[in-house]
This record gives sequence, structure tokens and C-alpha cells, in this order.
Amino acid sequence: MTDFSYVRSEMLDEKAPPSSSTGLVGWARQNLFNGVANSVLTVLSLIVIYFILAAILPWIFVPTWNGTSLQNCREILTAAGSVGEHGASGACWGVINERWQQLLFGFYPDAERWRPILAFALLFVAVIPVLFNMISRRMNWVLLLAVLGVGIMTRGGAVALVIGVAFLAAAVYVAFKMFGTSKGDRALEIAEGAKRLPNPLIFSAIFPFIAPWLLWGGSVWVPIGAALGFLIGYGVYRAFVGAIGSLGALILAVIVPIVWWLFLVGSFSSLMDSILPFGLEAVESRKFGGFMLSITIGVVAIACSLPIGIVLALGRQSDLMIVKALCVGFIEFIRGVPLITLLFVASTLLNIFLPPGTNFDIILRVLIMVTLFASAYMAEVIRGGLAALPTGQYEAADALGLDYWKAQRLIIMPQALKISIPGIVSTFIGVFKDTVLVSIIALLDPLGLNNAIRADANWNGIVWELYGFIALIFFVFCFSMSRYSMYLERKLRTDHR
Amino acid sequence: MKKTVFLGALTVAGLAAGASAAATLDDVKARGKLNCGVTTGLVGFAAPDANGHWDGFDVGVCRAVAAAVLGDAEAVEFVPTTGKTRFTALASGEIDVLARNTTWTLSRDVDLKFTFVGVNYYDGQGFMVPKGLGVSSAKELDGATVCIQTGTTTELNLADFFRANNMSYEPVPIETNAEAQQQYLAGACDVYTTDASGLAATRASFEAPADHILLPEIISKEPLGPLVRHGDNEWGDIVRWSLNALISAEELGVTSANIGEMAAAAGDNPEINRILGTEGNLGEMLGLDAGWAKAAIMAGGNYGELFEKNIGENTPIGLSRGLNAQWKDGGLIYSPPFR
Repeated sequence: MTDFSYVRSEMLDEKAPPSSSTGLVGWARQNLFNGVANSVLTVLSLIVIYFILAAILPWIFVPTWNGTSLQNCREILTAAGSVGEHGASGACWGVINERWQQLLFGFYPDAERWRPILAFALLFVAVIPVLFNMISRRMNWVLLLAVLGVGIMTRGGAVALVIGVAFLAAAVYVAFKMFGTSKGDRALEIAEGAKRLPNPLIFSAIFPFIAPWLLWGGSVWVPIGAALGFLIGYGVYRAFVGAIGSLGALILAVIVPIVWWLFLVGSFSSLMDSILPFGLEAVESRKFGGFMLSITIGVVAIACSLPIGIVLALGRQSDLMIVKALCVGFIEFIRGVPLITLLFVASTLLNIFLPPGTNFDIILRVLIMVTLFASAYMAEVIRGGLAALPTGQYEAADALGLDYWKAQRLIIMPQALKISIPGIVSTFIGVFKDTVLVSIIALLDPLGLNNAIRADANWNGIVWELYGFIALIFFVFCFSMSRYSMYLERKLRTDHR
Repeated sequence: MKKTVFLGALTVAGLAAGASAAATLDDVKARGKLNCGVTTGLVGFAAPDANGHWDGFDVGVCRAVAAAVLGDAEAVEFVPTTGKTRFTALASGEIDVLARNTTWTLSRDVDLKFTFVGVNYYDGQGFMVPKGLGVSSAKELDGATVCIQTGTTTELNLADFFRANNMSYEPVPIETNAEAQQQYLAGACDVYTTDASGLAATRASFEAPADHILLPEIISKEPLGPLVRHGDNEWGDIVRWSLNALISAEELGVTSANIGEMAAAAGDNPEINRILGTEGNLGEMLGLDAGWAKAAIMAGGNYGELFEKNIGENTPIGLSRGLNAQWKDGGLIYSPPFR
């Protein structure tokens, strides 16, 4: 026996890949220069990109931030030596410097601009527990307390300072507790009966009443009264469900709050206001403008269209003939009409049909129209999701003995909505961008203001700077929505691809 | 919010058209603000500044009316309107007066049921060409490419003018004035045509305005003026005579500088006295107080001052008075007597 073997008995160590296939060089070879055709295309693209940038960058980077008028900008540009064949060439950023606040807030009073900012910050606090489940309950409360604390402190004055500091201190305390105890310890504490913080979704539910109050101002009792309507409805349902059955109680629970909203909220809020007056300075809708207006319309339409869309989509698939006919009629009618037509209905037709002197707020009219429009599209997107579900899912739900609503809530909707996420988010983005159509009915959204700003003799003749600025901000919003939807899809990917 | 909307809709729906012809003057006084429809932005005529304060020639008319009625030139709620929404806004009562460079035409006056209370600017369609083109009259424009806003009366006027003069042209359709500026500067068209005031404002925004000339021909009549609804003549009178007060003030040499002195006591000129309320009871006849015209003139100056400040020769727009000079100076601006 010799210890001679024909087969290698030990593994060779892995070798480092050749230097031409790693790092930047490798990446470039693999992606940019793998073949003659691709190499040529890469070089051509680089040349094109170079020419585009060479044209745009010198235009963007010019020292005109403090220009006071187009004429002044041109003088600055000429002095700085950026002169093209048609005279001074370069952007005139002075217009953005002077008007960016107007583009963001429209004519909202200067002293009150903290309100939309606070509402916007609170919006994030309110939607985070809805959108991201990775943030812990305590983290959310820290956010809320911090936003409120900072918001109140910026109001100035000793009282505001004290309250603001108190909020911030509370935020720090909760944050300290949060980072001080690990997740496991906390779970143990809770298991032993330690009190948990309230669910942050409570704030999300309150936010729809806080936000309009912050934006429009007025007595605090009006939003409280409006919120009370929901409580009343719930109370009525609970009180009567035993006596007259669930359907009767449901009908009552709808009717009573509507009566309350229509006839009693007014007297309730004025009564409470005379007892305990507290409110913010009222700001008329006419003062709304710029991105604040776009975001208000966009957020309301987005937030309301999803639930309405779900209901419409279910209604369209329903076996109840009247419900189905109503839903189909609504969806097809709204989808068959351009949004701008609906806006004209809101702004001009309603003006003619409603009796003279009616004070039906124009922004509210627009909000309703845009919401209805978005809902119809949303309904179809969700119907697509419902149709994509295998029948087996419905049958399985039935087999489990679930009733209709339970089956929808636990089995059908979670899957259907997941399938429809890309469609839903494109509808959202579309709606948000469609809000600029309101400039046609003379609401001063960013595009409307753009026109108004160019009507200033100082800035007449400026085009690209304003449109570029507006486009940039729209891009930021739409791009973040799109990234969020991709995150959501990844998170919800439960199939085994 | 909910409350005002629904209650408003319900209760007012109940009352319905009963109070449609209610006195606008009372409404304005009760509200404490004049709702004035203006454009969403037109150089020299109406534009908000960085603080949201509106300024311009049309805005000046609104402020004068507000001052006459309420005694405060700032008591105006400016409602921006577009060409599409302006008439419904006025007809529906959303605004009390529309001062938005609106051309006075028969159909608007009669069919749309509005009352034009006067003319504050006589405009007309003109032509702008680069100096290098070597053209000095619109009659020499045969075969030119023309930038023109689609769907406007300017388009029809242009066609009429070229046909009447037996010339041909090639239209370059554009949507907005901003687009027109870009196209014209880029050389996409030889000629840009729109209202002469708009041409002047456009030219003023060019880097080298002197390289472009406005041709002398004006091919259409565009009398622009404030208007109110049919059905409330008293209100129409107030707006009409507020505008006339501004015009008469210029004619009689009453300016915002010397008005305090002139209104302090009755002077030698009886018409000035009547306007300023130191003599007679013209204010009372209108349902206003005696100092109404004084307040209107002090709001932004007389007609000439408003013109000079917003669109006159010392502004970037640099419009000369032309047709809009006082009748004594050969223009068309003329106010009936205050008597």
C-alpha cells in the first residue's frame, strides 16, 4: 500500500477574483463595457450627459440669490461674467428668495404660519403608526411630545415656554425609559402587569379633528362638537342594539349623528364657547395657497378616498342589486368625467345652482370633488385586487364560518390590498399632482401663484426658476410616496418567490 | 366648518331666490369688506406682492370703491378669477364688482346681464416685432409668422386684419403669455400679437427692450372696465361714480397730495366742492357719506396718479397715456359732470 491517491484529498483555498472583475473596474466592465455595442452606447451616453450638465449647471450655480428683480439679476450676472450669446445667462434665484414663503403658504397670515407647520409635523406623527409598524409605541409618543413641545415653545411667552419644556421633559423621560429597558425586559414588565402607554392610534384618530382646527382656526368647540358626533353615534348603537336589533341600531347610529352635525353642533359650540371661550384666530379659505393648499387637498383626498374606494369596490361586487347599481353608476359616472369638469362644477355650477349668498366654502367644495374623483379610481384599483384573489380564498373564508365582514376584514381585504399597493400608490401620486388643476378655477396653488408672481413687474419674464422650484418640491413628495410603497411591498411580501 | 356649510346651504335653500336682488351696498357694509374680483395676475393691472398685498391699476379701482363705501382702502377681499370663472363669480354674488381687464362687449352687457360702469383703460390689439426685421407698419407683415394665443378674440381679429389687407400669415399657436415670450425670443415667430398693454409689459421684461418695437397699428377696440350685476342699479351707480370721481379729480387737478387742503373748506371751484362734499349732497344721493369721493381719491390717487404709478411711463411697463389721456389732452377719458 502506498499512500498514493489519484484524488485530491483536501480543498484548495478560495482565490480572490481577478482584479478586472472586482471593484469599480469590474463593475464598469460588467455593466457598461461588456461588448462593443454597449461600450459605444456608454460613451455616447456619457457625452450626452456631459453636454446636458455643461448647459444646466452653469445656469443653476449663479450668484443671484439676492437679486431684487429680473433686471437686477441680469446686472449681477453680467457683473459675474456669465454672459451667453443672448446676453446675461443664468438663473435668477432672487424670485425664489423673495417668494418661497408665498409659494409654500400662499396668503396665510405671517403670524399664524406656525399652525400649518405644526399640522404638517403632527400629520407625520399621526400617520407613522398607520404606515410603519416598526416604530414602537413609546417612540411614537416621544415623537408626539417632542413635536408638541417644540411647537408650543416657538409660540414665545413664559407660559408657552413652561408648557413646551414640560412636553419636552416628558418626551425625554419616555425616551430615557425606552432606551433604558431592553425589549425583552419591557415585555416582562408588561406581562407582570405594568401599564402600557396608550395606543398611538388614538392620536391618529383625533388628528382629523385637530388638523382642520389648526388650519382654519375658530373656536375649539366646533371640532370637539364634530368629534362628539361619532361618540354619540357609537353610544346610540350600543344603547339600542339590544332593544331593536343591530340593523335598526345601525340606522339610528347613522341618523342621530347627522342630525347632531346638521342642527345641534352650531348651538353646542356657541354655548360652550360662551362658557369657556378658547380658539385660534380664524383664517379664511381664501388665504390658503401654495403648497399648503396642494398638500391639504392631496392629503384629504388620499386619506378619504381609500376607505370610500374600498366600500365602493365591495359594493360593486355585492349581490344586493340597488347597492351594486349605485356603486357602478357612481364609479362609471365619475370616471367618465375629467377632473377639471368636476372642479368647474364645484366652482361655477354650484355657484349658480346654490341660492345667492350661500357661503359654501370653495376649498371644501374642491375637497369633496377631488375626493369623489379619487375614490372612483381607487374603487377600480381595489376591484382589480379583489378579482386577482383565487376563489378558493372566498370559499375558505366561508368554510371557516366567517360572516361577510369578518371574511373581508381578516382574509379578503389584507390580500386584495396587498396586491393593489402599486395601483393604489399611483392613484395617490396622481391625485396629489392633479391638485394643481385647481389653478384653473383661480385657487392660488403653486401653479396659480407662479402666474401671480410673474405678474409682478419685477419678476415678469421669469419662467424656469419658478417652475423648477415647484417641480422639485412635487418630486420630493411623489418620490417619497413611491419609495414608501416599495418598502411596503417588500414588507408585505409573504409569497415565496 | 361643517356647521356653516350645511346650515348655510339648508336655510338659504329654504329662503331661495327671495332676496336675490338685495341691496349690494347693505351687504358690503354689513360685511365690512368689498369682495372684488381681479385677475390671478397681470403685470401692472393686478398682482400680489411678496406679503400678499395686491397692487395694480385694476386693484386701484377696487380700493377706490372700498374707500368710498367703507372709508377704508384696505377693506377689500381680492378674489382672484380666471377668464373662465370671472363671470360666474360675479353673477353668483361671490364678488360685488369685477375689475379684471374685461372688454366691454354687447353680449357681455346684454346676454350675460352685467352692467359695465365705465372704461378705465382703452386697450387694443397691437403687434411687436424685432427691430432687425426692418418693419415699420403692420401693413408690411405679409407672409410673416405670428405668435398668437389660441381661442381668444385676438386670433379672430388677426385673421380679419390680414384678410382685409389681402395679406397672408402663418400662425404659431401658443397657450400663455409666458410661452409666447419664450417663443418670440427664440425666434419661432417674427411677430407677437396681443393687447397693446400686454405687449408693452412683455417687452419691458426683455433684456434689451430697445431691440423690439411696437407697431403703430391697433387693430381692435378693447375698452376694459369694471362691471357689476344687473338688478342693483344703486350699487352700479356707486361703482360708476367712484370711477368717475377718480377721472374728474385728475381733470380738475385734485391729487392725493393736495386733496386734504382742498377738502378742508369749500374752495372757488364749485364742481370740486361738490365732489369733495364741501358743497351739495351728492354723497347722500348715493347713500354714502359726504366724504366718499375724497376717500376714493385718497385711496390711490386720482386716475392719472393710478396710471402713472402702475402702468405709466416711469414704470417698467412704460405705457404712454395715448387713448387713455383726459379728453382735454386728446384722449378718451371723460367723466360726466358732478352736479
